[in-house]
Amino acid sequence: MPRPQQPPRVLAVASHGGHWVQLRRLRPAFEGCRVAWLTTDPGHRAEVGADRFYTTRDANRWNKLALAASALKVLWVVLRERPDVIVSTGAAPGYFAIRFGGLVGARTLWLDSIANVEELSMSGQLASKKATVTLTQWPQLAGGDIRCEGAVL
Amino acid sequence: MIFVTVGAQLPFDRLVRAVDQWALEHARDDVFAQTGPGAYVPTHIAYERFMDPASFTHRVQSASLIIAHAGMGSIIGALELGTPIVIMPRRASLGEHRNDHQLATAKRFAGRPGVIVAADEHGLGEAMERVAGMAATPREKLSSFASPSLIAAVRDFIYAGRSAAPVHAPASPRGASA
Repeated sequence: MPRPQQPPRVLAVASHGGHWVQLRRLRPAFEGCRVAWLTTDPGHRAEVGADRFYTTRDANRWNKLALAASALKVLWVVLRERPDVIVSTGAAPGYFAIRFGGLVGARTLWLDSIANVEELSMSGQLASKKATVTLTQWPQLAGGDIRCEGAVL
Repeated sequence: MIFVTVGAQLPFDRLVRAVDQWALEHARDDVFAQTGPGAYVPTHIAYERFMDPASFTHRVQSASLIIAHAGMGSIIGALELGTPIVIMPRRASLGEHRNDHQLATAKRFAGRPGVIVAADEHGLGEAMERVAGMAATPREKLSSFASPSLIAAVRDFIYAGRSAAPVHAPASPRGASA
């Protein structure tokens, strides 16, 4: 647990593509924090400047072996970084980060992709059972524990 | 230059084939496509299957028009640069995606300035004509960041766990067993 005067340690996780683009649009929220980024394409390293940067392989539920390998790498990153906060816009690697966040006492936030207009994504539905806070970007999908606080656009 | 992209995850040969055909019919030699893991090999347009993010960004920045699957990375990328984009949604029934969320995305973004929806390959020609009228108009660029309310909510979340008094046990999320 950090002393109050240390900057918050944030682990920001998103798969390459639309998830990553949306996560990056949140970066003003991370100002003043010690941020590490986890994604699935090493080509994004230059975008994060001096922040720490990790990659895991892309994986989804139709390839169980890749999923397991990805989960192990995510676990390693979470244990190494020991973040105070984990923020993810999806997909599977973000779900794993939120699951494993509990091991290091992290508070976790899932922001469901703006692409999911009609219902929360599959990984979002799973993550919402584990995340401290789950957000949707569409007001009509808010309800119960799921809030809408605005969108990435 | 017209830049075509289908993302890195899944093939979308229906779109690539349609653009290839369009380029032939209109004698265009200024089309470049990122074709992904598809099987179709274009015959009238230059292409690469995959691109690193830096090359991709460069192509998007150089393009006067983008043609893409209805993926959020493509749409946001185009909006941030103020570049018009024609989007065609992938369909699960054709094996182009695991579900039909791109149909919902296309419906949702259809009215947005700078975004034109081609419902399918038959609608591509008309979509391209509509865009031709738009391309010369200077376009407002989307800001680089999320809405202020969302940024504030995420920031409040990050700082909410902190207090002046030291806490002797870490807070853990609900259902914390991994």
